[in-house]
Order: sequence, then C-alpha cells, then structure tokens
Amino acid sequence: MPFLTVVAQKQPDVPIKLPAGFSSQIVASNFGRVRHIAVNANGDLYMKLDRLVNGKGIYRLRDKNKDGIMEDTLAFGNYTGTGIGIYRGYLYATSDEAIYRYQLDANQDIVNPDKPEIVVSGLLNQRQHASKSITFDLAGNIYVNIGAPSNVCQEKDRQKGSLGMTPCPILENAGGIWQFSTAKLNQKLADGVRYATGMRNALGIDWNTEVNDLYVTIHGRDMLFQDFPEMYDQKRGAELPSETFYRVKKGDDCGWPYIHWDHFQNKKILNPEYGGDGKKEGAPNAISPLVGFPGHMAPNALLMYNGNQFPDKYKHGAFIAFHGSWNRTPEPQEGFYVVFVPMKNGVPTGKWEVFADGFSGMSPVTNLSAAKHRPTGLTMGPDGAVYVSDDKAGYVWKISYKK
Amino acid sequence: MENILQEIAYMKQLNIVLFCLIAAHCSLKAQVKSASKSIKPAGTQSKQTIDSRQMGNGKKVYDLYCQACHQADGNGVPRLNPPLSGTVYVNGSKTRLIDIVLKGLNTPLEINGEEYENPMAAHDFLTDQQIADVLTFVRNSFGNKSGPVTIAEVKKQRAKK
Repeated sequence: MPFLTVVAQKQPDVPIKLPAGFSSQIVASNFGRVRHIAVNANGDLYMKLDRLVNGKGIYRLRDKNKDGIMEDTLAFGNYTGTGIGIYRGYLYATSDEAIYRYQLDANQDIVNPDKPEIVVSGLLNQRQHASKSITFDLAGNIYVNIGAPSNVCQEKDRQKGSLGMTPCPILENAGGIWQFSTAKLNQKLADGVRYATGMRNALGIDWNTEVNDLYVTIHGRDMLFQDFPEMYDQKRGAELPSETFYRVKKGDDCGWPYIHWDHFQNKKILNPEYGGDGKKEGAPNAISPLVGFPGHMAPNALLMYNGNQFPDKYKHGAFIAFHGSWNRTPEPQEGFYVVFVPMKNGVPTGKWEVFADGFSGMSPVTNLSAAKHRPTGLTMGPDGAVYVSDDKAGYVWKISYKK
Repeated sequence: MENILQEIAYMKQLNIVLFCLIAAHCSLKAQVKSASKSIKPAGTQSKQTIDSRQMGNGKKVYDLYCQACHQADGNGVPRLNPPLSGTVYVNGSKTRLIDIVLKGLNTPLEINGEEYENPMAAHDFLTDQQIADVLTFVRNSFGNKSGPVTIAEVKKQRAKK
C-alpha cells in the first residue's frame, strides 16, 4: 500500500516561485500520476490518476472540519485516464476510450461512485496521445480532445525517411476536438461533431466564458533535428516547432500534419515529410495560433482565468501548464512551469510570462528523470485560487493571492 | 454497465500496472561511461571484454539515433519512452534486442512495471556494424554489464527477416 499524504506541508521540499503577493500551499502529495484536476463549488478537489492508487483512478479530497487541510479522502473509479471536470450537477471523468459521469447530490456527494453513466465510449485509443481531456461550453456541450496516434501522419510513424500521407486518414476519427451533448448517454464517435481538426494533441482545453469560444494548447511534432539535420540543427530542432495556443471556432483547422508553427518566422511552415524545406509555407486554409511558445515544452493544461481573487491583470487571461520537454536532448530541457498570457476580449494583450516556476527542483534540467515535479493539470477554486497538479510525484498546489 | 465491465476487462488485458511508489527510484542511477575508458565487465553475465573503440562508436550512434527518446542517461521518458537501464529487453536475449532495432516496436509492453506509449521506429537503415556498436554500448552503459553484440549476430538476424 503506498503511503499517501493529504496534509499540507509547512516546508515543501520543492518551493515554487511566484510573483509578489502570491503564495502556494501543497494540498495533496504522493498520489502518483495526477493528471487533470477539478475543484467543486464547495472546495472539494478531484484528481484523475493515470495509474491506479490502491485500485482507484479518481480521488476526492475534502476539508470536512474546515481547518484548511483536506484530510478526508474518497477513492473510486477503477480506470486510469486524464480528463476530469464538473458541470451542471455531474462530475465527468475520462479513460483513454470513454467519458463517464457521476451525479452529485445536494450535499455535493457522489450519488453512486461505483456506477457511473457512460456519456461516450469507443473513442480512439492507440496509446500514443491517447489522453482524453475535456471541457464544457455554456450551452450543454462537452468537448473532448482525441489526439492523433502519430507524430506527423507518416506512412510509417516516426520512421526516418517515411513520407507524410495526403490526405491524412487519421483526421477522420482523431487529431481534433469532438463535441458531444451532455443531454445524451451511451454515445459513440458518430453521435458527436468534429468541432475542429488538424490538431496533433490538444491536451490543454478550456472554454473562454468572456468571449464564449473554445481555446486549446497543442503539443507540436517531434524529431525535426533528428530526422532532418540538413534543415534543422540541434539548437533549432530544440526550439522548433512551436508549442501553440489557439482560439478555435467550429470548423477550424489548425493544420496538422501538413504544417508546424514557427514562432521565429511567424508562419505555418510545411513539414519536411510533406516536401517542406524549413521555409516553404503550407496549409493556407489553416488558422494561426494566438501564441507560439518554444518547442517541446508540452502544454498539458489550459485555464482561462475568470476568477476574482487575482489582480485585474489576470482576469480573462490564460494559464498554461507546461509539463517539461524531453526531446530537446542533448540541449537542456525546458518547461516545467506555469505560464500566464495576459488577454482581453479573447486576444493576448502582451507577452507571455512564467507565472509559477521551480517545479523541477533544478535548473537547468539536463536529465529529465531527475525532475522532481511536472505540471500537468490546472483548475480554479470557487474563491478564485488556482490549483496545479503534477504527474511525477502526485502533488497538487493551491496558489492564492493576498492584497 | 456491460460496457464498463468490458472496459475493465480490456484494461486488465492490457496489463494496466499496479502502482509502484518507488518506481521512479527503481531505475539505476548510472551515468554514461566515458567512451574513452574501456569498460571492464563485472558480474557473471559476461566474461567477454568490451572493446573501448566499439563503445566509442556505439555512443556516437546512440547520440544520433537513440538519445532523443531514451535520453542521455538511458532512463527514457515516463509514460512515453522506456528506460534502457536494468531491463531484460536490453540485458536479456540478444536476438530479441537486435530485432527491436531492425523492426521497431509498437505493441503494449510492460517494462520494469511500467507501460510506454510511443512507438519505436524500425532502424534497419543502420549498418550491421552500427547496430552491433550501439547495442554493445547500450548493453554496457547505464549500469548494464551484459557483454557485446557482434556484427555476425546482427547479420544473422537481418537475414531472417
């Protein structure tokens, strides 16, 4: 039996760095692979685990005696996965193939933890990019990322020299965001709508209530340097392609697998597997991102902040949790932090900045396996505090602001 | 509820692994040995001496084709790319190991109690010499001490294709 700690630690082993006025508290630790998280209106924290702990894949922490420590633990759901969210009286959680939901009663207790309803099942899971992250709009719909089980839709995946397929057949049932109604149960892929396409793996997904639109962060392709050293040297291959942040409307195409975003040229560059040379542009009909971040940092979660606790500058801006890179090797790894993008009216109003840093416990990170924590999930509490999860050591931090 | 039961059965089939709190610490902490030093095999697995030049050439192949995924310390990437240290896939059967390099690998596989998502591409474009060198390097780095792989062994496996 693993030892679980749910009490707040006074002296965290890895202190995270925050802007002036902000403080953090560890509210959970040692839960293993904590992926996405959700906080209910009563303050309950839900964690979706990608590896079962004592046979369970969802943990709820509750501060029963209201002393500021979430000492009460409820575990349920015997499946692993990433996605979790609370919407209109239900807790939603995903495996890599399905979306489940659990009814909440008036006391915000799970009515039947062992018998969830199935909202959608049979979603594509070919292991690679299989995490099903979710969000909800204001009109009763749920949105799910179905990642492409591929690097860049080559005839032979990740095979040096293998050409890209046109059209890419993967886009039929993956490589995009699908929309489903929350009013129906037992749906299959065909019951949903392919809301947007051309996304390799949109692991960060959230609804911007200010402008009523979907926003996503996408993991860019791997192996530009390794497979095309004549076009991309080691440093360029570490910086490119950009990790991307998009505003997405129904029917939009973000261009994968044909192009990648290049934040140095600010262009959609044709991928070499499709005849690109590092300069040629492609996918003229694809939309451009709002922000292109340095490569491979792995934006695992997105939170459009509409809370009232943080200073005005943060209102309607975006927090993005970067898991931290692996394929910048042999260059130092990058990421392992939470970034903030200031925004108003749905568009960035300034440069992105690192908001919460120090999760890796070292700088620079040369050996990924030594990184202490890797930010993976984000959510906001009812008081406007922001929570960050870690799927390396299973921690959750609560970040608060005091004037 | 039938669907859930089916899914549970499916997950069991996939061998979803039990939680291991210390997994991250299980992997060996050995560093890449300097290519210029000759590695003296200890232990009982191999009595053969390892050619330091072969180790050096193997490291060059490793840095170019393997390091991005398996990392400089051979510890891989959690959830994505498996470690090369202390696993039976590296230190066990040489024919299986040579086959993984030649044909790639994209089946659910549990390695030291963990599963990994990313497929490995076939590396049959490497020469017999390069494969022998890199596998000799991998089998004698990162804490592994499992003896060399010869060009003849690679040639024989490639001919079986």
